[in-house]
Amino acid sequence: MLHYALSRVLWLPPTLLAMALVTFLVMHATPGSPLDPVAEGANPLSPEAQRNLAKYYGLDRPLHEQFAIFVSKAVRGDFGNSFVYKTRTVREILAETFPVSLLLGSMALALAVVGGLMLGILAAVYQNKGWDYLSVSLATVGVAVPNFVLAVFLIILFSFVVPLFPTGGWESPRNWVLPTVALALAPMGIIARFTRASMLEVIRADYTLTARAKGLGEVPVVFKHVLKNAFIPVVTLLGPMFAAVGTGSFFVESIFRVPGMGRFFVLSMTGRDYPMIMAVVLTYGAFLAVMNLAVDLIYGVLDPRIRF
Amino acid sequence: MRRLLRNRLAVAGGCVIVLLCLIAIFADFLAPLPYTKTNFARLNETPSRTYLLGTDQLGRDLLSRMIYGARVSMLVGLGAQVVIVLLGVPIGAVSGYLGGRTDLILTRFVDVMYAFPRLLFVILVMSMLGAGLTNIFIAIGLTGWVGIARQTRAQVLAIKEKEYVDGARALGAGFGRLLGRHIMPNALTPIVVAVTFGIPEAIFTEAALSFIGVGINPPTPSWGQMVGEGQQYIRSYWHLCVFPSIAIAVTMLSFTFFGDGVRDALDPKLK
Repeated sequence: MLHYALSRVLWLPPTLLAMALVTFLVMHATPGSPLDPVAEGANPLSPEAQRNLAKYYGLDRPLHEQFAIFVSKAVRGDFGNSFVYKTRTVREILAETFPVSLLLGSMALALAVVGGLMLGILAAVYQNKGWDYLSVSLATVGVAVPNFVLAVFLIILFSFVVPLFPTGGWESPRNWVLPTVALALAPMGIIARFTRASMLEVIRADYTLTARAKGLGEVPVVFKHVLKNAFIPVVTLLGPMFAAVGTGSFFVESIFRVPGMGRFFVLSMTGRDYPMIMAVVLTYGAFLAVMNLAVDLIYGVLDPRIRF
Repeated sequence: MRRLLRNRLAVAGGCVIVLLCLIAIFADFLAPLPYTKTNFARLNETPSRTYLLGTDQLGRDLLSRMIYGARVSMLVGLGAQVVIVLLGVPIGAVSGYLGGRTDLILTRFVDVMYAFPRLLFVILVMSMLGAGLTNIFIAIGLTGWVGIARQTRAQVLAIKEKEYVDGARALGAGFGRLLGRHIMPNALTPIVVAVTFGIPEAIFTEAALSFIGVGINPPTPSWGQMVGEGQQYIRSYWHLCVFPSIAIAVTMLSFTFFGDGVRDALDPKLK
């Protein structure tokens, strides 16, 4: 176990390095440069100015040198200045926006796990009855319909038809409700589907029959015997779940005007803000990698049958 | 086939898909107006008798734009799958069949690609390549083949040990014939299932890309782009983003139901 955990942790840096390299190459291999004029058809900068700027930002060096410089600085947490927001360092921007995204993501994830488990349990206990159909259809909609479309429907329903929540912003907890729900529905659907399937399997197992035979009521059977065992496969889903919430946040944040990191992701890419792209991709990548690692380790603790 | 027809949701989904394909093919006849026709006297109008679904911020007929939007969605859904299958199936098949070092290298590569958050990579590639339909095919294809290559490899690995393959090899069948005539036909089921689920995923990806503005080039209409632009005016002109949203939702659900049906019909064990 310790050996496994250690080797997984040691694999993190090479993975991130590979990710940085791929991003770096894609970024530089494609046409267009941060020195191009911002507006289409605008006059380009004079060649001398371009040369000076390139020199200032180190863009005139050979690619492998640029990459080496980037890595040596990034290790110390220095991602340089943003090309687009020229007065601010990438680190400042991330320090300001990442906590917002993190809060939104964790709330969505918590809602998804709790809601998904509840829907899944209800569906399995009342198999092929009203609750089952309700939760299966909710899960299907959550999985199939893109979150920006769900967001539009949520705004229409809960901001216009029934004016309960504001359409956007991030000032008070009331603003947090709709983005969280929009972001949570897809992972919630996946968890509900999975919980239902794995519960149905366990409900028919012999030890469940034994538990009932010794006279246990429905509630202890479901929660103590069935859920405990049905929950294990659900934990493996948490890895992809983090990815879904992470990438989903680009869209949800822009619709609900949440001042998080997702917004910068797209802006930095279309603006060829090289330092910002690298920082954002690596932050997401590192976050996902660490979370996946945590999930795998938790899995090992939950299910003693698993040997690494 | 009969098992597929007995599944009512799958049949309903299939019907909607056929309808969408027809709309996409005959868009030129169905659309009441060209999708670029502007009418600056009637901007952002709500649905009326002349403009059944209203007009957008440039006075273009929303219904016509939605009809042409179906064409983009269907093209991307099918086209991207063609790229994915053409890339992923041969790579997976060769990797699984040859084994050894080729397999090791290909599997490593696939694993690295798999670790990259998918949508993040597509957005990165798209914003670097620039918007456009061909680039969407490239971006989705480049990232999407990994899953299908994995699946094909697993299938080929399992099938190549079967006796009938040994028999064919004993009769003198070569590499190409063995793989093409004996192994692949029996490995098709999961690939077909993966493709039916891949289509809505590609449609979703296109909508998402266009939503943030790196997908389809305007003025070509795309549902995702219409939602993206419309949601900025949601308070005043709800119809701009609601109708395309409904279109995306219905399309995605239809493909999901149909895909579930196909999977259950072809291989009940997979459920």
